[in-house]
Amino acid sequence: MIGLETLYVAPASLVAHAPILAIVIPLLGACAAGLSPGGRSAWMICVATAVFTAWMSLATACEVMRQDAVVYVLGGFQPPLGITLRVDAIGALLGLLISVVGLLAAVVSGHSLVAEIRKEKHSLFLSGFLLCQAGLIGIVYTGDAFNAFVCLEISSIGTYALVASGGASDRRALPAAFNYLILGTIGATFYVIGIGFIYGATGTLNMVDMAARLAAHGQSAPVHAGFAFIMVGLGIKAAMFPLHGWLPGAYAYAPSLITLLLAATATKTAIYLMARFLFEVFPDGAAASEVFLTWILGPLAAAGLIVCSLQAIFEQDIRRALAFSSVAQVGFILLGFAVGGDQGLSASLFFVVAHGLIKGVLFMALGGLTIGIRARRIVDFAGIGRDAPWTVLAFSVGAASLVGTPLTMGFLAKWQMIEAALAGERYWIAAVMVAGSALTLLYVGRILEVMMFREPAPGAPRAKEAPAGVILPALVLGGISIWFGVDSSLPGQLSVAGAAGLFGVRP
Amino acid sequence: MSWFIANFNYIVVVILMMTGLFIIFSSANLIRRMIGLALFQSSTGLFYISLSKVSGGTAAIVVPPDSAEARALAAQLDPAYVAAFGVKGVVYANPLPHVLILTAIVVGVATLAVGLAIAVRVREAYGTVEAPEIDDLGRSVTEGPENGR
Amino acid sequence: MNTGELLILLVLGLPLFAALLTYAVGSMPDVRETLTLVAGVALSIVTISIFVRIGQGYDVSVTLVEPAPGLPVLFRVEPLGALFAVMASVLWSVNSLFSIGYMRGRREAGQTRFYVCFALAMFGVMGIATAGNLFTLFIFYEILTFATYPLVTHSGTLAAQRSGRIYLLTLVGASVFLLLPGIVGVQAVAGSTSFEPGGLLNGRISDVYGSILLLLLVFGSAKAALMPLHGWLPAAMVAPAPVSALLHAVAVVKAGVFTVLKVSAYTFGPDLIATLTSATWILWVSAGTIVVASFVALRREDLKARLAWSTVGQLAYIVSAAMLPVASGLVAGGLHMLFHAVAKITLFMCAGAIYVATGVGRVTDMVALGRRMPWVFSVFLVAALAITGLPPTAIMWSKFLLMSSSFEAGQWLTAGAFVVSSLLSLVYLAPVALWALFAPAGASADREFIHPGGTPATIIVSLCITAAGCILLSLVADRLADYLAPMASMTLPERAP
Repeated sequence: MIGLETLYVAPASLVAHAPILAIVIPLLGACAAGLSPGGRSAWMICVATAVFTAWMSLATACEVMRQDAVVYVLGGFQPPLGITLRVDAIGALLGLLISVVGLLAAVVSGHSLVAEIRKEKHSLFLSGFLLCQAGLIGIVYTGDAFNAFVCLEISSIGTYALVASGGASDRRALPAAFNYLILGTIGATFYVIGIGFIYGATGTLNMVDMAARLAAHGQSAPVHAGFAFIMVGLGIKAAMFPLHGWLPGAYAYAPSLITLLLAATATKTAIYLMARFLFEVFPDGAAASEVFLTWILGPLAAAGLIVCSLQAIFEQDIRRALAFSSVAQVGFILLGFAVGGDQGLSASLFFVVAHGLIKGVLFMALGGLTIGIRARRIVDFAGIGRDAPWTVLAFSVGAASLVGTPLTMGFLAKWQMIEAALAGERYWIAAVMVAGSALTLLYVGRILEVMMFREPAPGAPRAKEAPAGVILPALVLGGISIWFGVDSSLPGQLSVAGAAGLFGVRP
Repeated sequence: MSWFIANFNYIVVVILMMTGLFIIFSSANLIRRMIGLALFQSSTGLFYISLSKVSGGTAAIVVPPDSAEARALAAQLDPAYVAAFGVKGVVYANPLPHVLILTAIVVGVATLAVGLAIAVRVREAYGTVEAPEIDDLGRSVTEGPENGR
Repeated sequence: MNTGELLILLVLGLPLFAALLTYAVGSMPDVRETLTLVAGVALSIVTISIFVRIGQGYDVSVTLVEPAPGLPVLFRVEPLGALFAVMASVLWSVNSLFSIGYMRGRREAGQTRFYVCFALAMFGVMGIATAGNLFTLFIFYEILTFATYPLVTHSGTLAAQRSGRIYLLTLVGASVFLLLPGIVGVQAVAGSTSFEPGGLLNGRISDVYGSILLLLLVFGSAKAALMPLHGWLPAAMVAPAPVSALLHAVAVVKAGVFTVLKVSAYTFGPDLIATLTSATWILWVSAGTIVVASFVALRREDLKARLAWSTVGQLAYIVSAAMLPVASGLVAGGLHMLFHAVAKITLFMCAGAIYVATGVGRVTDMVALGRRMPWVFSVFLVAALAITGLPPTAIMWSKFLLMSSSFEAGQWLTAGAFVVSSLLSLVYLAPVALWALFAPAGASADREFIHPGGTPATIIVSLCITAAGCILLSLVADRLADYLAPMASMTLPERAP
């Protein structure tokens, strides 16, 4: 595997500005796409922008491997007073995930849009899509806490509107989007209140500076309050149990492209911010963090994993089942946080990337399958394996990775999580993780069995193979998942470096 | 009593925050929920602005250091306060939280606009903006009068 | 690439390639059948070469990929694995001969899928036999489960689907719930999962933690059919006889006990096993399994069900041997793994032969049937005596070793279970053949053959081969015991590449 540090993918002048370009170009692209006359031209602008963004995030990742962390000062105002972008290993990895998934989603959108969105809205839809991209990359690249809020809201408001656009084909998307808006805004506002408390206690918004000042400041009521508000706010955004109420509705009724984007990237960025605050900003061994990790995060994550896996098993609607699966996997990731320590954190970060890829493949394939037929419940997909073998193959790759079949990235992710729990002597966490994996097997197995081994109901509409523009990106994502399952050096090194970086802050 | 006056801002913040949240969670009507959300967000504005006020601080517009105005402002400060904190010259209130809240207000306005737009679409699709009725309708039919491919 | 690496790649690639080719020529039955036979013979040649090389002291190993640091897909052959590989490949060839007669004789549908899945199952078995660490073994263990599932549900009936579900749920459930956490636990303690002579965990682990890991790993290998995870084996009898013969007498179940033996010998090591409390618990459970399974077999009317329960009991012999606190138990277990496989496959093939020729499956209907099928029932008698361990059969030696190991360990309960079970096996197997051959008259004496000409010739040939094996292997039993002796030693002899 070529080490990223040896790659020079872009001219030095571009690389110097790669972090900010990865945010700004999608913003400009959003304007251009919004103003463009037709769906086709908007799509081409969208794909071109996505390609450029992926290129820039790759350049940033290479730079980060060379340097430990890339700091980009905005507007010439030096930190800690000015706003900076600070990309470390885990930020680079997530940035890669967001831009690659975004690129493949942009390619897929050529076909899936036609099926689900009104024609005259295509350019606006793609414009919103690019806005989300910009916001998401902004969250993982920024080094300033309030800037994170701004980017969080840029992406979230975009997703509220995009989820609502699913109302054209299924009106249940509208109350789901409204619900998502209410809860998401409450979450973001809690985050802002928390930042206010921390700002009041330390006087800075730069996350590295905040960490240094909090270490010196010690414990006090505003710091505890700020911590609590930040964790709850981000918990809502990350769909931590029991704050996940918005997620099933939003995933189930949104256009499949948006579900894809949300599932693969949006909750992951909130988890990233949680990790940042929990392990980097707030001091190690701070009483609040210890109490939170052991008594609140651990049990809630475990409950989320088990309860939502059970709900996924009994759910009839396939997208809602996968949505509950997403909440369960978020619980799994947060259990890794609760283990504490380097190993647990790096395993969790690896799992974050693995899960982003997995859900990306699953929803992409699912979107492809539903282009031709209106299938909502799992039983509607009976026998589809015969009619659309390639699409179901892509879906199966994602499902295999989700279950944890050996030689997929999902398997390695689960292995590392359980190993971290055992090495950290948190045996109850390891037991819960194993139980969760077994439950995952049940609901994924059920879906696969219906798709491949059942006879289609007589008189039901027969599905067609998804167009190549959908299958190929799905297979590419699935292929990445398998490649990382056989040789995980790229995400593995980045997540280990990221975890180490979060624990020992370097400016 | 003096505690109450000293922390009056924060008490109002808490009242507004809880009122806003209560309205959101207890209302059945979507428009009322948006109102609750706006109220909730305004509480954060008040919180930040309260944080930004420094004792004896004036508006954060730079006053030339040696001018008469600067001396007048400095004279108004409590001497014990000046000695305790080593103050030299004019004390300004912190402008940064104001800037932050401007941003947050913009975000809040955008959210409000999107939320109300969605509420309008809900009205078009379901014929009502009352949540229980929407739930009932959602269970029966998924196509509304405005929908179709 | 040296010879060792080449051999391993061959032993894995041959069955895989055969599966692909079989799928390609599926529409030409004669070509397909010939391909299967040729693949079996070729694989046997390769495994015998590996067997010989290991005996000569060469190293046969290769690392394919390393998904994560400390987690390689490693193949490294040692004596037990070499023996298992030879056994599986030779018996695959013989069983293919049998399958041809059976599948054609009954004009079964889905024959291409049958042969393809068989080849894939062999791929899994070869991977398990040559695995150098628990991670690799786990991967191929799962491949074996999924490759054999279509074989269990071959007939497609409702009963077959239900049995298939039990099969899959038990095996996959046990491996995800128990085996995998156990393997991860080994990695967490030792930093690797590789098989080391003398035991990877020896000296590194406490009694409590070690006991828990041992329980997880042994019960997680549900293919060893230790109670209470044995239910899948009788349920899998719904599959056609060739499947039951090879897979559920040889490949799948032996993969399970092979895993237990390797874990005992190379992950824990004889010294550590001697100190673990859960080893004693597992001894009690397997003693119970032996006795209960033998009693249940007595009551079963369906011949294949009777054989399945007999297998459950015999497998528990090997698990007991692995858990004995003496090193010689491991060698005894390895020998019994081989000898029992040969005898059991004979019995299952006889059951299949009877079914093909007459459609009869119940023991009570076989009275006096031997008049019309003398060869088949004579072979059945030989194999029945072999299972019991009467001279001059090979199992006599392995049972002798098992008994002496349990005496050496002071495990009277285990020894008692062995004795009781042997007696019972004589009672539930021998009379079937005896009544068939020597009863004066019975309902089936004049039964018409449903297959013209009685048993197909290929079946008779394969029966004779394995029956001969039951007896001839006793001649080399002591040499095989010497071959397996390094399993129980503390260090690996120096091996040249």
